[in-house]
Amino acid sequence: MSDETFEPKIVGFMCNWCSYTASDLAGTARMKHAPNVRIIRVMCSGRVDPTFVLKAFSLGADAVLIAGCHPGDCHYQNQNYKTIRRHAMLKYILPQMGIEPERIRLVWASAAEGQILADAIDKLSEDVRKLGPLRWADNWEENGERLEALESIVKEHEEAMEVQP
Amino acid sequence: MIAPKDETRIGVYVCHCGTNISAVIDVEALAEFARGLPQVALARDYKYMCSDPGQELIKQDIVDKKLNRIVVAACSPLLHEATFRRVAEDAGLNPFLVQMANIREQVAWVTDDPVDALAKAKAHVAAAVRRVSKHEPLERRSVDVTPRVLVVGGGIAGIQASLTLAEAGKEVILVEREPSIGGHMSMFDKTFPTLDCAACILTPKMTAVKDERNIRLLTYSEIESVEGAVGNYKVKVRRKARYISEEKCVGCMACIDQCVFTKPKFPNEYDQGLGLRKPVYMPFPQAVPPVPIIDPETCLQLSKGKCKQNCVEACGERGAVLLDQEDTIEEFEVGAIIVATGFKAFDPSVMPYYGYGRLPNVYTSLEVERLVNAAGPTGGKLVLRDGSVPKRVVIVHCVGSRDKNYHTYCSRVCCMYSLKLAHLVKEKTDAEIYNCYIDMRTSGKGFEEFYNRVQDEGVHFIRGKVGDISLVPPENGEQSNRMTIQVDDTLLGKVRNFDVDMVILAVGLEPQPDTDDVRRMFGMSCSTEGFFLEKHPKLAPVNTANDGVFLAGVCQGVKDIPDTVAQADAAAAKALALIDRGTFELEPNTAVIDEDNCSGCRICNNLCPYDAIEYDEEKEVSRVIPELCKGCGTCVAACPAGVITGVHFTNDQIFAEIEGMLFDAMPDLLAV
Ligand SMILES: Cc1cc2nc3c(=O)[nH]c(=O)nc-3n(C[C@H](O)[C@H](O)[C@H](O)COP(=O)(O)OP(=O)(O)OC[C@H]3O[C@@H](n4cnc5c(N)ncnc54)[C@H](O)[C@@H]3O)c2cc1C
Ligand code: FES
Repeated sequence: MSDETFEPKIVGFMCNWCSYTASDLAGTARMKHAPNVRIIRVMCSGRVDPTFVLKAFSLGADAVLIAGCHPGDCHYQNQNYKTIRRHAMLKYILPQMGIEPERIRLVWASAAEGQILADAIDKLSEDVRKLGPLRWADNWEENGERLEALESIVKEHEEAMEVQP
Repeated sequence: MIAPKDETRIGVYVCHCGTNISAVIDVEALAEFARGLPQVALARDYKYMCSDPGQELIKQDIVDKKLNRIVVAACSPLLHEATFRRVAEDAGLNPFLVQMANIREQVAWVTDDPVDALAKAKAHVAAAVRRVSKHEPLERRSVDVTPRVLVVGGGIAGIQASLTLAEAGKEVILVEREPSIGGHMSMFDKTFPTLDCAACILTPKMTAVKDERNIRLLTYSEIESVEGAVGNYKVKVRRKARYISEEKCVGCMACIDQCVFTKPKFPNEYDQGLGLRKPVYMPFPQAVPPVPIIDPETCLQLSKGKCKQNCVEACGERGAVLLDQEDTIEEFEVGAIIVATGFKAFDPSVMPYYGYGRLPNVYTSLEVERLVNAAGPTGGKLVLRDGSVPKRVVIVHCVGSRDKNYHTYCSRVCCMYSLKLAHLVKEKTDAEIYNCYIDMRTSGKGFEEFYNRVQDEGVHFIRGKVGDISLVPPENGEQSNRMTIQVDDTLLGKVRNFDVDMVILAVGLEPQPDTDDVRRMFGMSCSTEGFFLEKHPKLAPVNTANDGVFLAGVCQGVKDIPDTVAQADAAAAKALALIDRGTFELEPNTAVIDEDNCSGCRICNNLCPYDAIEYDEEKEVSRVIPELCKGCGTCVAACPAGVITGVHFTNDQIFAEIEGMLFDAMPDLLAV
C-alpha cells in the first residue's frame, strides 16, 4: 500500500453518556466526517483499560481515540479523571514500544457536541494519514532490553494507578 | 467436540431503515459478508427490522433456525436496543444475547462514499458478531421505588406537574427558589392567543398547590444535593431564611404597613425593577404562599443591626417575624424527579445599538408585561418613565434570537407575545404601533387568527431588522427622549427611518444562568442551544439520560404555555408510571470481584465514587455491593490482578469487539 492511498484504521472508545451520544448526534444532524474511526461503546471512558489500547495496536490499529464527557461532567462523577491519567501514561509508554504518541488521542465531547466529535475524528484521521501506517506488529521483536523496559513500565503503571485524585 | 445444543448460532439482521441505510450502504453485500463470519448461522437484510414483520422475522428464526445469539445492524443501540432485547425475550432467548451494530447514525448518515461506508459497516458488524459470541445470559436487578416525586421549579410547568401527580394520590415535594411560585406566567397580564387574564387561569392553580395535602411546597428553597439513583434519590433542600415563619404568618401584612420605611424605596425584582418595595414585602399580591419576606440586604436590622423592629411589634403575639431565622436543610427521599426550572429572558444590554439601559424609553417585553398588568407597578397604566403616554411605539422582534451573535434558534413565543403586547398597548393608549419583524411565525391553534385580528386593529408591520436606535437630535436646544428607528425594510427594499417615543424589545428565551450546575446535580446533559437534553427528541421528549429524571417546560426547549402544560402532564405521567409500578429494573452491568483471586491490594476501593466497594478485613479481599454499583467499569480497568469483571462489558467481550473492528487489518484473524 503506498502512503498516498493509506487510510488509517482507528479504533474509537466512546462513553455511553456523552461521546457516543455525540456521535449519534453527528449522525442525526448528518455531519459528514472521515470514516476511519470504528466505534466501541463503553459505559464510561474510565472503563478503557490501557490493555484495550495496546490490544488495538497489536491487532493492526493505526491509532486509538478515546472520547468521554468533559472533565467534571462524567456521568459517574469523576471517572474521566482516571482516563486522563491513563492517557498520560499511555502517551509515555507507547514510544517505548516503538509507537508514536500521536497515535493515541483523548477528546472530550458532550452529548451536544456532535460537531466537535466529527471534527476531532477528521483531524485524527488526517494526522494519522500523514504519520503513515503503524507496523508495530511486523516490527516487533523480543529482546532483553525491551523486556526490561516492559517490566519497568508495568511497575510504573501500578504506581500510577495508586495516585489518587 | 461441542454438543450441538451448545453450539453458538448467530443470526445477523441488516436493516435498510427504508432507504436511510440502504441508500449509502450496500446492505446485501453487508449481509453476505456477515454470512462468512465464524459462528454466523444466517444473515438477512430487511426493509425495517424494527417493524412488526421485522421483529417477527427474528422471532421465527430464533425458534426455527435455533439461533442463540442475535446481531442487529441498524440504528443506534440507544434507540432500539431495548426493542430487540424484547424481541429475543419474546422468543425465549435471554435478552442480553443481543448486540447491535450502529450502521445508521455512525455510518450511513455520516459517510459520503459507499465504499468507505461498507468497509466501516463491515467492521461494526464483525465487532458485534465477535462480541455477541462472548455474551452470557444475564438477569436484570430490580429495585423498589419510593412513591414520592420531587418537582424542581414552580413555574406553570412545575405547578401543573405537581397538581397532576397529587391528583393521582402521590406525594410531591415542590421546590421553588423564589419567594412565590408562579414563574414567568404570573408576571403577565394577558396570555396569547385567547387573551385570558393570566392571573385568572394561574392563581387558582397556585392556590390549589398550597391547599393540596399531597404537595409539600418549599418556596425560597434550593436543592443542595442529590444522591442515589432511579427509584431512590436522597435530596437535600436548603430552605433559605425568609425571616417570617410560614407556619405562623396569616398574611395580614401589618409588618409591611408598620415597617420603619414608610414608603417603598427599593426596586422590586419581580416588577423588573419598575416598581418599588420595602425591605419587608410581598413580591406580588397573589403570591403563594401569601407570606411576606424580608430582604436581608435592605432591612436595617439584618444589614446594620440597628432598627426599631416595628415589624416584630406589629406582628405581636403571633410572633411570625423571626429576625434571627437561619437557613435550614431538609432531607427527602423520592423515587422520581421532574425538572421544571424554566428560562431567563435575554438581556439586551449586551446589544449597544438598541440602547437598552442607556435610552430611558427602551423597554424589554417583560417590563412591558408588568406595565400593562393591572396588578403591576403602574396599576396597569401604560406610561413612560416620565409619566407620559406614548403615541408611537415600535416593537423590535427577534432580540437575541435568530442572530448568530447571540442565539441562532427562534424563541418561538416572541412573535405571538409581540402581537399580544401590540394589542394591549393599542387598547390602552391608542398609539400607532409598528412591529419590525424578520418573519412572522404564528403556527399554533388560533395563532394566525390572532395575527389577522391584530392587523385589522390597525397595527403596522414592517418586514426588516432594526439596525439602530438613537435619540432624536435636540430641537430648539431641548433634548427629548424620542428616538429614531432605522430599519432595513426588505419589502420596500430600502432603509427607513422613523421616530417613536417607546421601544419594546421582544427578547428571546434563553437557558437559566445556573443550567450547568442544575444539569450536573441531576446527571443530565444539555443540547447545543443550552437547554436540557431529552432522551430522544421525538420518542422520549420528557425523559433524560438519567432514568428517574424527567423534564417539563421551557427548561427543555422554548415553548409557550399550552405546550408547557402539555409537557408537564407528560412528565407527570412518566413519573407516575415509574413510581406507581413500585419497582424498576436495573441493567445488570455491575462490577463483580472474584474473591478467590483478589489480592486485597485495595486499589479499587478508592476509585469508586459511590463507595460501592467494601473491604473484608477478615478475608482481606474487596467486594462490590451490587445495589450501589452503577457499572462505570473504572475499577475493572484498574484492577492489577484483572479479577474484577465488568458484567456485559468484560475484557473478553471488548477484546472480541476490537478484533472485529480490525477485521481487515489482520485478514487471517477472523478465520481462526
Ligand atoms: C415577555 C414574555 C411574554 C410571554 N407571553 C406568553 C403568552 O402570552 N402566552 C404563552 O403561552 N406564553 C407566553 N410566554 C412564554 C411563557 O412565559 C412560558 O411558556 C412559560 O412561562 C414557561 O413556564 P415554565 O414553568 O417552563 O418556566 P418559568 O415560568 O420560567 O418557571 C420556572 C420556575 O422555576 C424556578 N426555578 C428556576 N431554577 C430553579 C432552581 N434551580 N431551583 C428551584 N427553582 C428554580 C423559577 O424561579 C421559576 O419560578 C411569554 C414569554 C415572555 C418572555
Ligand atoms: S461517563 Fe462519559 S466519561 Fe464517564
